[in-house]
Amino acid sequence: MENLPSEQSAAVRRIVAEHKDRPGPLLEVLHAIQTSLGYVPEGAVPVVADELNLSRAEVHGVVSFYHHFRRSRPGAHTVSLCQAEACQSMGAGALAEHAQRRLGIRFHQATADGRFSLEPIYCLGNCACSPAAMIDGRLYGRLTPEAFDGLIEGFKSAT
Amino acid sequence: MSTRVFVPGDAGALSVGAGEVASAIAAEARRRGAALELVRNGSRGAYWLEPLVEVQTPRERIAYGPVRAGDVPSLFAAGFLDGGTHPLSLGLTDSIPWLRSQQRLTFERVGIIDPTSVADYVKHGGYQGLERALQLSGAQIVQAVTAAGLRGRGGAAFPTGIKWKTVLEQRAPQKYVTCNADEGDSGTFADRMLMEGDPLSLIEGMTIAGIAVGATQGYIYLRAEYPHAHAALRAAIAAAYQAKYLGADVAGSGRRFDLEVRLGAGAYICGEETSMLESLEGRRGEVRVRPPLPAIKGLFGRPTIVNNVVTLTSVPWILAHGAEAYASYGMGKSRGTLPIQLAGNIRRAGLVERAFGLTLRELLYDIGGGTATGRPIRAVQIGGPLGAYVPPAHFDTAVDYEALAAVGAMLGHGGIVVFDDTVDMARMARYAMEFCAIESCGKCTPCRIGSTRGVEVIDRILAGIDGERNVQLLEELCETMVQGSLCGLGGMAPFPVQSALKYFREDFRARV
Repeated sequence: MENLPSEQSAAVRRIVAEHKDRPGPLLEVLHAIQTSLGYVPEGAVPVVADELNLSRAEVHGVVSFYHHFRRSRPGAHTVSLCQAEACQSMGAGALAEHAQRRLGIRFHQATADGRFSLEPIYCLGNCACSPAAMIDGRLYGRLTPEAFDGLIEGFKSAT
Repeated sequence: MSTRVFVPGDAGALSVGAGEVASAIAAEARRRGAALELVRNGSRGAYWLEPLVEVQTPRERIAYGPVRAGDVPSLFAAGFLDGGTHPLSLGLTDSIPWLRSQQRLTFERVGIIDPTSVADYVKHGGYQGLERALQLSGAQIVQAVTAAGLRGRGGAAFPTGIKWKTVLEQRAPQKYVTCNADEGDSGTFADRMLMEGDPLSLIEGMTIAGIAVGATQGYIYLRAEYPHAHAALRAAIAAAYQAKYLGADVAGSGRRFDLEVRLGAGAYICGEETSMLESLEGRRGEVRVRPPLPAIKGLFGRPTIVNNVVTLTSVPWILAHGAEAYASYGMGKSRGTLPIQLAGNIRRAGLVERAFGLTLRELLYDIGGGTATGRPIRAVQIGGPLGAYVPPAHFDTAVDYEALAAVGAMLGHGGIVVFDDTVDMARMARYAMEFCAIESCGKCTPCRIGSTRGVEVIDRILAGIDGERNVQLLEELCETMVQGSLCGLGGMAPFPVQSALKYFREDFRARV
């Protein structure tokens, strides 16, 4: 298991201390870790377990159960494409194929330059403006392959 | 006095450019020295017209849409701040036929008020329900909800009053009110719109529930995919505390009710109520075996109300206007109104709140205008990824819990996803199994293993391997999952598969 660098370890302990007195704090703690570090490193698991008086297995079980928690460092920009039915009815499948070709990766991968991660997501609640995507927490609707390329170019020229 | 201009801050409107439109309007107003107050309202739900910009004129609000940032200079040139005519003019907002034909009770303020303003909320009838509730006993509040005929709008359609009565009757040192805001069904966005466009109505509904059953703590379990709703709820909760509608002395009554938002983490199963409770307690969202019911032993083992956003948000209206007024809408055992969500491949997509009883045909053609692609509708899926596919032969069915059940469908959370004639129903059936495999919590075998086997069997059918035998096997597998699963995920994931086999069997053939 990777050992957490001391500054990350301190950050994790600080986060746990902030939440530990709330009822049922584990998900809140994991959200805060991911917000702070970008993902939930393997090395954070024993620290959280220790601080919350849980077993490592319990913490690992929760981290691995939820799709939202990432266990590896993501690309600088996370692109989530909705693959649920409403978006499928408006061409989400073709858009996903296009996006994977455009970025040169498959779902659940990050580009070699670390710029983009690509994830499927199952409903963004934007089903009246399908197909939808979320990039870094910002929602996009009525996406076309051309519009997708425009967004990617925009991120590239901005970074 | 400055003119009020409304540009939705709703996530759906933002997704198609409302943010850019708002910036452009602010910039153009500065350039021209025009005085205006920009209000970021919720969406009216007419997503086909978003971004929909409204201007408050001395008479009524006038609408323009869909507006792009590039249209803004010409809107100013046309004098839109005084309601001037422009090619994007839609006239009085309330006269747009798509909106005028609706019966908005639960959504009465969505798109109209400033969602963050308690004053605006109260001015538009907010907190009248709570005021009324504070004059009643807990049993009387529960009686009002029961008499209104309100049934759970999350999908299960269980009578809300009965649930509340059970919690009321428990003796416990602590009770909870939880709101299931894990709106994961594709084709649904009513919860999101309410939380973004009128979050105080949810807060009021939960407060009334707490007062009714003697619960002092509420939790909103919100899905992580809704960051805009998260921000809106947090702002509204802070405003409600500030105005003393939450906290130790709710509206001067001496009664306590505290409320916080907890985020889910991308697990569809957490929309199942016992799984949601596990998740709220900080554990894996694995389904609990019932009994005991959450109303008796729920969150942290205490009596707990679990209701969906739309259900709780319907409560203030019922208390303010009376149970009879609510029950006068609807048909049969489906009383009141339902916020229906028209989604996917449909021309006029959006939120349609109507009394129960209109037909699918009216919804899809008269209101929805047919498909967005202009091709014939081949199927609609009602009630999310666990809902059956309904063929056009059943489009004269009424939107009503019992009427839909009679044709093998279910209303669920009221989402309707439309597909044109290019849809491949065997692929949609495969997707239903695949989705179940991805989202299964793993606790019971029929769901965990059955869904994976389901994908494999459909793959064999599509590959031309023993087609007939494998179709039969698929039917048996569906039956096993329906009968043997612990909760609705494994128990209902076969519904779309079975309906595809029943109505679109020709699609289950070998592919070249």
